[in-house]
Amino acid sequence: MRDVVILGSGPAGLSAAIYAARADLKPVVVHGPQPGGQLTTTTEVENWPGEPEGIDGTALIQKLNKQAERFGTEYKEGWVTEVDLKSSPKTIMLEGGEVIETKALIVATGASAKWLGVPGEEELKNKGVSACATCDGFFFRGKDVVVVGGGDVAMEEAIFLTKFATSVTVVHRRDTLRASKPMQKRAMENEKIAFEWNNEVQEILGQDAGQVTGVRIKNNQTGEEKVLEVGGYFVAIGHKPNTDIFKGQLDMDEKGYLDVVPGRTQTNIEGVFAAGDVADHLYRQAITSAGTGCAAALDAERWLAEQE
Amino acid sequence: MALELTSANFDEKVTNAEGVVVVDFWAPWCGPCKIMSPIVDELASEMDGVTIGKVNVDEHQDVSMQFNVLSIPTFIIFKGGQVVDQFAGAMGKDALKARVEKHV
Repeated sequence: MRDVVILGSGPAGLSAAIYAARADLKPVVVHGPQPGGQLTTTTEVENWPGEPEGIDGTALIQKLNKQAERFGTEYKEGWVTEVDLKSSPKTIMLEGGEVIETKALIVATGASAKWLGVPGEEELKNKGVSACATCDGFFFRGKDVVVVGGGDVAMEEAIFLTKFATSVTVVHRRDTLRASKPMQKRAMENEKIAFEWNNEVQEILGQDAGQVTGVRIKNNQTGEEKVLEVGGYFVAIGHKPNTDIFKGQLDMDEKGYLDVVPGRTQTNIEGVFAAGDVADHLYRQAITSAGTGCAAALDAERWLAEQE
Repeated sequence: MALELTSANFDEKVTNAEGVVVVDFWAPWCGPCKIMSPIVDELASEMDGVTIGKVNVDEHQDVSMQFNVLSIPTFIIFKGGQVVDQFAGAMGKDALKARVEKHV
């Protein structure tokens, strides 16, 4: 049996691992389907304290990995299929059948990009449908693309894509943007970016061609429909916490963010702690995730001591 | 280590090859690719009877265009020169290995 298992290997999970490992708890980190988390899909991280020149997101993750490993963290690959948190010890089942038993659990499973769920979206994923402009933008050199969304991430993606694409059309269901003023200004002043206000995506076209050929949109004021002939469709409509496997065990809000005791990392189940984006819909920064990761490890350490 | 594939040797090593060949399409600016890179190298040393190679899409765009790669990391599995499987995104070593073994 383990003292502490940490689910997730982004800045929250790895910071928890550094603290737990230094406390000699020999933590096990389960990587999950996206090792390193959302940071691996960013470019330069310019606001990580102590890195005055900025640092590449993946490089930061690799440094955190190394630091946690130095103090005795063990890594496990794998995708958690099921958890039983009400039993003692708590059990975690991995894809492939391996079962891990642990006294304490830190949930740092993060969040994933949300999709619209329109026809053609799932079918054409990685075939012109993407939720990561910094990962895939390169392949759209000389093409026209659509970005869906009206927040900071959508504007950032649209601006980034102008480096490659001939034109970027932002499709947004309202007539104003949610993005911060400076981001709005940068996007609006960019000659390659056009806006389709009050429009909603109906369908991604191109299944016969095996890649995106267009996006059908509908004006929610006039009902008018049209097809934008584009080769790429980037969705930036926010994130969804990765908490499906905890439903019915851990308390969460209506969006799926885990409930914790205010100011702490304790969930509704004793010995289960939450860190990072999985319990934070507000800040969602690498550094706040690292902070709550540290707090979760300290909370777990204290709880384990009380059990003895 | 994985084999370095290029526009020049792709036909010889992949499309005209007999057995199972796994190709990792990557680029130095791609975070998830960097996560996958050591995993792909390890599998290349561990798996017998399978050739595992990498194509840098920055340097060999013609190859990525030929196979319609629009996202990286993309993995394409060839058998007897034919594409038998294609998928994208970072994953664990065991998951990638299992996916390859299905075609061996």
